[in-house]
Amino acid sequence: MNSVAFIIIAILTLAAALGAATLPKLIHAALSFALTFVGVAMFYFLLGAEFVGLVQVFVYVGAVAVLIVFTILLTRRDVDKDRGFNWNGVVIALAVFGGLIFAITKTSGLTIAPPAIAPLSVRQIGQTLMTDYVWPLQCVGLLLTAALIGALVLVMEEKR
Amino acid sequence: MTPTLQLFLIISAALFSFGLLAALSRRHAIFILIGIEMMLAAAGINFIAFWRFAPQPAPPTGVMITIFAIAIAAAEAAVGLSLVIAVYRHYRTTNVDEIDQLHG
Repeated sequence: MNSVAFIIIAILTLAAALGAATLPKLIHAALSFALTFVGVAMFYFLLGAEFVGLVQVFVYVGAVAVLIVFTILLTRRDVDKDRGFNWNGVVIALAVFGGLIFAITKTSGLTIAPPAIAPLSVRQIGQTLMTDYVWPLQCVGLLLTAALIGALVLVMEEKR
Repeated sequence: MTPTLQLFLIISAALFSFGLLAALSRRHAIFILIGIEMMLAAAGINFIAFWRFAPQPAPPTGVMITIFAIAIAAAEAAVGLSLVIAVYRHYRTTNVDEIDQLHG
C-alpha cells in the first residue's frame, strides 16, 4: 500500500469534506460533496476493495450527486445562500472528533501493517451474496422498491 | 512505510466529524442529508479497513456490509430529497429553522 497515494487521497477527501460542510454557496457545496465521494472511492481502491469503490462511484457520484443538484435547482427560490450557521455544531463536532481520536490513539494493536491478500474477485463477491447473504440481499431489494414507491408518492402533485 | 490501520481510522473519524458538523450546523435541509451521507461513508471506510487489516484469509464480511450500507444510503437519499421537495411545496422554504409547525 502506497503511503504517497494515501496522503494525497486523504488531503483530497478531507478538504472536499470540509468544503461540503462549510461552503456558503449550495451548488459549490454539492460539487464538493461529489468530490468527497470520489475520494472515499479512492480509499476503497487503495484498500483492495475495487468492486465497492466502483459501486461507490456509480451510486454516489453518478446518482446521488445528480439527485442533490436537481433538488437544489428545484428549490432554488431561497437556496442561494445558506443563512445562519449554528456554532454549537462546531463545538459538538470538535468534541466528538477529540473523543474518537482519543479512543483510537489509546487503543493498542491498531498500528499494524496490512497483510498480503489474494485479490477479492467479483465472482467471489457474487457467490457470497447468493449464499451467505441471500436474505439481506432480498431485504435490500424490498427496501429499495419501497423507497422508490415512497419517493414517488411523496413528490406526486395532490389532486384538488 | 505503509499506512497503518490507525491512520485509516483517524481519516474516517475526521470524515465523520465533518459530516456531523454539516448535519448540525447547516440550516438547509439538503445539507443535513449530505452530512448524514458523509457519516455513512466514514463508517464504510472503517468496515473496509478492518476487513483489509484482518488476519487472512478472512471472509469478505466488511465488503458485504459496505455494499448493503451503500444501497440503504441511496434509498435514504431518495426518500430524504423527495421529502425536501414536498416540504418546499408546502412552506416555500427549505430552512429547517422555519419549518416549525409541529413545534409547540
